[in-house]
Amino acid sequence: MSETIVSLRNVVKHYTRGKQDVPVLDGLDLDIAKGEFVALMGPSGSGKTTLLNLIGGLDSPTSGELTVAGERLDRMSSGQLARWRAHHVGFVFQFYNLMPMLNAQRNVELPLLLTHLSASQRAANALAALTLVGIADRAKHKPSELSGGQAQRVAIARALVADAPLLVCDEPTGDLDRKSADEILHLLQILNREHGKTIVIVTHDPKAAEFGSRSLHMDKGALLDAGTLAA
Amino acid sequence: MKYLPLLWANLWRKKTRTIFTLLSVAIAFLLFGALGTIDDTFENPRTGLTGVDKLITTNKFSLTLLLPFSDVQQIATVPGVAVVTWITWFGAYYQESKNFVFALPIDTPTYFDLHKDEFVVSDAEMAAFRNTRAGVLVNSALMKKFGWHVGQKLPLHSTIWTQKSDGSLDWTFDIVGTFAVKDATQAGQQASTVLFHYELFDEGRSFGKGQVGWLEERVIDPSQSGQIAQQIDALFANSPNETKTQPAKDFAMSFVKQFGDVGFVLRAILGAVFFTLLFLTGNTMMQSVRERTPELAVLKTLGFSDAKVVGLVIGESLLLCLLAAAVGLAASYTLIPVIRSVLQGVMTPPWLMPGGLGLAVLLALLVGTPPALRAMRLNVVDALMEKR
Repeated sequence: MSETIVSLRNVVKHYTRGKQDVPVLDGLDLDIAKGEFVALMGPSGSGKTTLLNLIGGLDSPTSGELTVAGERLDRMSSGQLARWRAHHVGFVFQFYNLMPMLNAQRNVELPLLLTHLSASQRAANALAALTLVGIADRAKHKPSELSGGQAQRVAIARALVADAPLLVCDEPTGDLDRKSADEILHLLQILNREHGKTIVIVTHDPKAAEFGSRSLHMDKGALLDAGTLAA
Repeated sequence: MKYLPLLWANLWRKKTRTIFTLLSVAIAFLLFGALGTIDDTFENPRTGLTGVDKLITTNKFSLTLLLPFSDVQQIATVPGVAVVTWITWFGAYYQESKNFVFALPIDTPTYFDLHKDEFVVSDAEMAAFRNTRAGVLVNSALMKKFGWHVGQKLPLHSTIWTQKSDGSLDWTFDIVGTFAVKDATQAGQQASTVLFHYELFDEGRSFGKGQVGWLEERVIDPSQSGQIAQQIDALFANSPNETKTQPAKDFAMSFVKQFGDVGFVLRAILGAVFFTLLFLTGNTMMQSVRERTPELAVLKTLGFSDAKVVGLVIGESLLLCLLAAAVGLAASYTLIPVIRSVLQGVMTPPWLMPGGLGLAVLLALLVGTPPALRAMRLNVVDALMEKR
């Protein structure tokens, strides 16, 4: 049995909108093993992104137990969660979320500002990450000078550079054409298989889910099934 | 320091806005430097009469009212007074009224005795001055300013004193030498000074003969200055020419106060400028942070704590204000010689640079704190949802 990196037990998440209490996740139980590539699918409003935010330590559950990388996130303060995120998780967003005024290398260096690495070490590590995702030749280019696929590679390099064991990706191919999307998914697959990264992606794209080792379907805040797919 | 590239990049995110903000802050600090220097000059006037052993005696009611020359003899008898000399305001300019010249008719023996060791004059030039009735000693900076040379005639126009001979306000002197001052802090004030003989002035003027503008005394024991001043004034109590004797520095203060409370006016202007700046820069910072909400959310996502995000916003504000202040203060330093050409004795006060930078830090904290708090309170999930 593989080591579990993500564990949810009876996790409930409610949001408050004005005076209204909006239930989003309803008593969720889930285990994700280290080294898995999990695709979360489901209609809009089903709770996929909320679940991803909980796993990534961006949000806290209303109740229930949430353990990621051996630590109880449901017991952490926002400051503790920030420190935890810096060391344990990398994020990839649909719209890349790169800093427009920084070049690719500086964008990738951002998480390393929270370490004690020297400037030259930070630059070297950022360049290594850009090389890993195949875009080192665009290191000095700003996001506005990159295509969507290239920008997403930079975002993946940023997620990798601090060597986090877990990558959470929210619609990473949602803004890309088919060819670029496949290249990004292939890259994620390599990171999963060859570099041992545990990856959780939220996607609407059934083809994207095919790159994962497991797909989970959500609806109305609950997991419908958990079928293991052939990679 | 490792955050500097990030701060710098953020600062220039909107170049035009940043340039205009920098300019407005820099101009405010240029005003701070220039007006602060003028204010300091009025608050701490440099009269050329430094030293605690100097007293000045004027008419009790107004500096413009003259005193009888006979007062000199009486004051000289006061115990503790070492030397007495006398001077009258000549009110001169060279060729055009903008070329102000601080021309002083002096009694040579007593003036140089009272100001012993304060001037640098060669023996030959001092001898030439003593032996030339229409001779003048000119500050070397003034000589250089107007390109004068020893041996030439110097025409000066007095705004007050007409000549007995022809009723003219134009007086002509012979430049016989130059002088400098030993005390560097006095150099600015003395830069426009021309010294000439009181005898020539007194005999040549068409009115006021036998009267003097003010008297200067050097006391033997500076600790007795207050008592001696009272004794001098007591000599002339209830006379038609009552006197007011005060330390040289106080005299200078009262002299500049004739212009009104310049310091208050200058400080009021600066206050208004910085009050306006507070809103202008504060609004710019707030707008800049508001526009970057998703980017700040990404930083938090990457693991930047609330404190670090606050630090980044405050840091950006500090960078903006300190950069602009440095530019503005440096520009104000270049203005000092221009101000000095119209206002004697102007010197850059030592507190100007540290005071200006301190003010810049205060400004940065005031304008940076509200957006920093907004950034701190930013909910990452909500902010990322906005971006979607």
